[in-house]
Amino acid sequence: MVAKPQIDIGEYQYGFRDEEDYVFKSGRGLTRATVEEISAMKGEPDWMRDFRLKALDHFEKRPMPNWGADLSGIDFDDIFYYIRPAEKQGKTWDEVPEYIKNTFEKLGIPEAERKFLAGVGAQYESEVIYHSLREDLEKQGVIFLDMDAGVREHPELVKQYFGTIIPYNDNKFAALNSAVWSGGSFIYVPPGVSIDVPLQAYFRINAENMGQFERTLIIVDKDAYVHYVEGCTAPTYTTNSLHSAVVEIIVQEGGRCRYTTIQNWSKNVYNLVTKRAAAYKNATMEWVDGNLGSKVTMKYPAVWLMEEGARGEILSVAFASDGQHQDAGGKVVHVAPNTSSQIISKSISKGTGRSSYRGLVKVYKGAENVRSNVVCDALLLDETSKTDTYPYIEVEEERASIGHEATVSKVAEEQIFYLMSRGLSEDEAMSMIVNGFIEPIAKELPLEYAVELNRLIQLEMEGSVG
Amino acid sequence: MSDGNSNGTTPMFEIENLHAEIDGKEILKGVDLTVNQGEIHALMGPNGSGKSTLAYVVAGDPRYEVTEGSIRFQGEDILEWSPDERARKGLFLAFQYPTVIPGVSMANFLRLAVTNVRTARAEEIAAEGGSAQPFTPREFRRLMREKMALLKMDDAFATRYLNEGFSGGEKKRAEILQMALLEPKMAVLDETDSGLDIDALKVVSEGVNNLSGPKVGMLLITHYQRLLNFIKPDFVHIMHDGRIVESGGPELAHELEAKGYEGLRARTAEAAAS
Ligand SMILES: Nc1ncnc2c1ncn2[C@@H]1O[C@H](COP(=O)(O)OP(=O)(O)OP(=O)(O)O)[C@@H](O)[C@H]1O
Ligand SMILES: [Mg+2]
Repeated sequence: MVAKPQIDIGEYQYGFRDEEDYVFKSGRGLTRATVEEISAMKGEPDWMRDFRLKALDHFEKRPMPNWGADLSGIDFDDIFYYIRPAEKQGKTWDEVPEYIKNTFEKLGIPEAERKFLAGVGAQYESEVIYHSLREDLEKQGVIFLDMDAGVREHPELVKQYFGTIIPYNDNKFAALNSAVWSGGSFIYVPPGVSIDVPLQAYFRINAENMGQFERTLIIVDKDAYVHYVEGCTAPTYTTNSLHSAVVEIIVQEGGRCRYTTIQNWSKNVYNLVTKRAAAYKNATMEWVDGNLGSKVTMKYPAVWLMEEGARGEILSVAFASDGQHQDAGGKVVHVAPNTSSQIISKSISKGTGRSSYRGLVKVYKGAENVRSNVVCDALLLDETSKTDTYPYIEVEEERASIGHEATVSKVAEEQIFYLMSRGLSEDEAMSMIVNGFIEPIAKELPLEYAVELNRLIQLEMEGSVG
Repeated sequence: MSDGNSNGTTPMFEIENLHAEIDGKEILKGVDLTVNQGEIHALMGPNGSGKSTLAYVVAGDPRYEVTEGSIRFQGEDILEWSPDERARKGLFLAFQYPTVIPGVSMANFLRLAVTNVRTARAEEIAAEGGSAQPFTPREFRRLMREKMALLKMDDAFATRYLNEGFSGGEKKRAEILQMALLEPKMAVLDETDSGLDIDALKVVSEGVNNLSGPKVGMLLITHYQRLLNFIKPDFVHIMHDGRIVESGGPELAHELEAKGYEGLRARTAEAAAS
């Protein structure tokens, strides 16, 4: 008899798990040998191996952050740092191992690809097992590869930018990622090329105690545009998994990049991600960040406004239900004059969930005529849920216009009653109010993702009223 | 009472000796009221006399506690029903102060509301030869546009957020739009006429008259005889301090208009003394 795996699916719909059938799985724990093995298996150039080892050194020395969420549940010795699920990457779904293909089908990725995407990367454990890009975009010189392929095929471009926006010693988890990174996306959009529909990456963790460390580098050249979307899920285990990504983005003069995340990890995943973009003259960087899943998320997408006319926008939604801590927000750093930014953060907390807004607006001396506006709204669904805000503002320049607004509200009983008096059940009324609360951000998403976000919230809301 | 049930069948809507309190304070102190199918009743009374409280209690507002008495709808005691059950059975309240729900579009909200109410009444709809099959978004938009046109509401309201930024009069129109789409059997309209300009009053009254008919009962809460020129009530009641103290025909509203509550009270006191 085969014992059923210990999984607790609960209301989380993507908590299913595949039997492991891997080409390679590292042992638990992290040593210099693990890092060297990963690098050797990837056949990397020396500079990358050295970068990894330096990063490992830093990771080992660096203390755990003592601010933010409680990370005491992470046991670095218990984690698998590298799993290669398949020999090679598929260019068609038929080239992907059957069981992995089935998993992505359940997640709706091939279907979405056929319907509305310009390219897809699908990562399973440590490796991207499927990759595609619309042919016309390839012809226009757009590069959309997994990061490992980026290192192999475009070494000069990668070497020029890799680790420049987020140095390996930026923080403990950036150092960890720099040491053991695998997979993620490498994107280059040539001058003037505007990609009309999104590119999407999907990240799936399958193994228990897995650590996933993808690394993404996006370069948007002059006057070019790309919308990159990422989604992620994992099986639900009683033990913890770790997801620690690094995303670096460069937006050149006049370019625009929008990066959308719908994070829906299972509730045993520590999600500790460093995301940062540099925007040059008249360039625009937009982060749209939805955090629904995970046990703990610490993520503050950042924009550095490097030259005049640059604009940064961060829209963030977090939903913290029972046992979750969403510590999210955003950072904007105004280095140059005449730059502008906006942060809109909306959080919802339920049960024993806690959401924190943590944000920074920094204006350097000499950055005149900066405009920045921060709005953070928190909605509490009951008496037990919690929310807090940590807005940091550091302004070294007198002539700056900085706005900050924060609200905390509860779902009003009279709103529930009003909707119920029209025939909506209490659950329906609640989710309608919550979806209305995040509507200003949902309406920024492409329709398919807005629908998905609403649906995920609906699921979180089910049974939320006693 | 004058509006008692004359034909011997169960009245459609019947309130008996209703007592209700909020935060420990008794507001309704024994209300009796019966509304039969097809009847329009007007409820008048000074500020603070408990008219809205009665409306809320009928709709099932959880803030109020009913301490005594009963409310029956089509023969069933509804006091244990949740507000949505009441709505699904065909009760409707047009609020005196409709609530703002940010980010929720009128169309999305109403489509769900209408679907729920029609699904609950599927048997009935089938018996009348209709289908309770939920409307597709497109069908619903068409239906909604039709009803909005009758109420002279701009199409833009379909995508606006529920009551957000609506003027006082627009909120009242939106309540009547909801009523028109939900097709209740018993509707309580709480001061739907206040805040309406004279043209809007006509339009809204037409909306109400369109719905009213031999099968529908209505309770219009109002301060002004003016509304009753457009919607002819069969009965007029006056509420004072949590009780209905006087009931009569349309002439009662005229008398009230002429004498005011003080005058009416004086007249009643005289009658009692003589
Ligand atoms: N929470 C509360 N605690 C105590 N008294 C309350 C509470 N809520 C309402 N009341 C009182 O109940 C009474 C009835 O109010 P209600 O709104 O029903 O009056 P109304 O007849 O509709 O008046 P109007 O004509 O002004 O709309 C008022 O005196 C009001 O102050
Ligand atoms: Mg009132």
